[in-house]
Amino acid sequence: MKIGRGEIFTGRTLLVVLMAFTILPFISIFFTALHPSGTVPGGLDWPVDPQWGNFVEAFKVANMNILIISSLRIVLMVVPIALIISTMAGFAIGMLRIPGSSLLLLLFVFGLTLPFQGIIIPIYTLERALHIYNTKFAIALPLIALYMPFSVFWMRAHFVNIPVEISDSARVDGATTWDLFRRIHLPLAQAPIASLGILMSIWTWNQFLLALVLIENPNQRTMAGALGAFQGHYATNVPLLCAGTIIILVPTLLVFVLFQRQIIKALLQGAVKG
Amino acid sequence: MTFDYQPAFTSASRKPRTSKRAHREAFVGWLYVLPALLMYAVFVLVPFLLTIIYSFHRWNGVGPMTWVGLKNYITVFQVPDLMGTIFHAFWLVVWFSFIPVGLGLVVASVINHVATGRFGEIARTVLFLPYVIALVAAGIIWGWLFSLSGLVNQFLSIIGLGSITRAWLGDFNWALSAVGIIGIWVLLGFCTVLLSTAISKVDPSLYEAARIDGSNWIREFFEITIPLLKQEIGVCLTVTVIFALATFDIVYVATAGGPGNATSVPGLQIYILAFAQRNIGLASALAVMLMILVVVIIIPIQRLNKETY
Repeated sequence: MKIGRGEIFTGRTLLVVLMAFTILPFISIFFTALHPSGTVPGGLDWPVDPQWGNFVEAFKVANMNILIISSLRIVLMVVPIALIISTMAGFAIGMLRIPGSSLLLLLFVFGLTLPFQGIIIPIYTLERALHIYNTKFAIALPLIALYMPFSVFWMRAHFVNIPVEISDSARVDGATTWDLFRRIHLPLAQAPIASLGILMSIWTWNQFLLALVLIENPNQRTMAGALGAFQGHYATNVPLLCAGTIIILVPTLLVFVLFQRQIIKALLQGAVKG
Repeated sequence: MTFDYQPAFTSASRKPRTSKRAHREAFVGWLYVLPALLMYAVFVLVPFLLTIIYSFHRWNGVGPMTWVGLKNYITVFQVPDLMGTIFHAFWLVVWFSFIPVGLGLVVASVINHVATGRFGEIARTVLFLPYVIALVAAGIIWGWLFSLSGLVNQFLSIIGLGSITRAWLGDFNWALSAVGIIGIWVLLGFCTVLLSTAISKVDPSLYEAARIDGSNWIREFFEITIPLLKQEIGVCLTVTVIFALATFDIVYVATAGGPGNATSVPGLQIYILAFAQRNIGLASALAVMLMILVVVIIIPIQRLNKETY
């Protein structure tokens, strides 16, 4: 296809401008994080004497070691359970096609339109009544539930596209439903399960509202929840705040760069089919 | 609601079975759904119903509940600060949804035309980065960029607009739009990637044919790209509209609703009413209105989606 030089130039210029718009904020907080603690530098000034110690300082004052453990503990509680139960549900709805499965699917899809804030108040009162408020389950349990619409939908989309013949021939050989699930369909579903797991890990790490409402002690929250509290204490110490923010966003950026393909695929397919 | 889903029983997979065995299988199948359904029911469906019930009561969260009928809803309509949050949410839809989707379409089409190789790949990845970081972090970053000595004002001074520099998030007229810019930053990459994946699947011969007929980029954009991408545009709009109406993290961190109530959004107001002022009923009424608003805006978008078929 013939494309004019002018078009190429204009198009690429637009891309470069938008990439700059995206990247400069990251560069700005990185430069700022290297200025002496407590100063207010300009937005893009490289420091005379870079204070790499700010990262150590932010790590210490924000109790990052405790936070990382508590965040990982929440991730390790939420992601495996959510993966197992949503895969089973997706299998039953998409592959077994149990009676009422279209209604079930509609029920789960309904959850995709619910904003978290719409149900956060009863989650809070419910947790108080069930005595899980402010415990290590406080964030994990509702989070698993809130992931169900997307993940059941996503796993069902996988199973519904697997030919039924695979199950049928195994049935003839006398396989039980559990055999079908465990030995045939679970191994086939590894890729979508992995993508979903990566996505849910990032979402959990970044979860803010639930952490804010359901856990009083910032040290037991998710990373993002703790960052909110950290901002409250260090709002005036810009370099330290920027250093803390960088520490918290680097893991998610790393995971994204490593698993780009899976993450984008999962997000897109989940969205397009939704 | 008109979401896509396939009928549960496709005739091909359905074979006559003895009813006893079919019953057993159905029972076993339901056992597989049960854990997910139970979690979903307890922590999503029940809270959803409770929010509706709370919205008709006056309650401080611990004492007795008093039935007040529609009073909470009337209050939301009467108090300008509460109704204002809903108008703010609408204004944010323009920034969080219309601009990222529109600009994302342009960028996707540019990538497909003049940057099909490595450059386009890098552009997509870079633009997507803000979408994966915590929104709290996005709020903190832009809180700093928009401050008096931040990058935005530094840039304005360089290009000779030093006279308009200000603390953007503290300015009554500009704060909400500044929050909107944060939304563009977060969502542009998501829309671009989704739409450019869709464009790359459009048959290139369509564009070739248009070129031979002497069409230019702008005509191709409106006559080929947009009509063929209707469905993906609908998806983008749905996701970003929900995102806009349900904004919380960014506003909580960047402005806390201020100055005054200039950037207060429903999500933040629900949080303040329920957890700071202990007015559960009023907070729930606002929450119900937010949920209705989401559905009311999404249904027409889904309709638009369907017309493609």
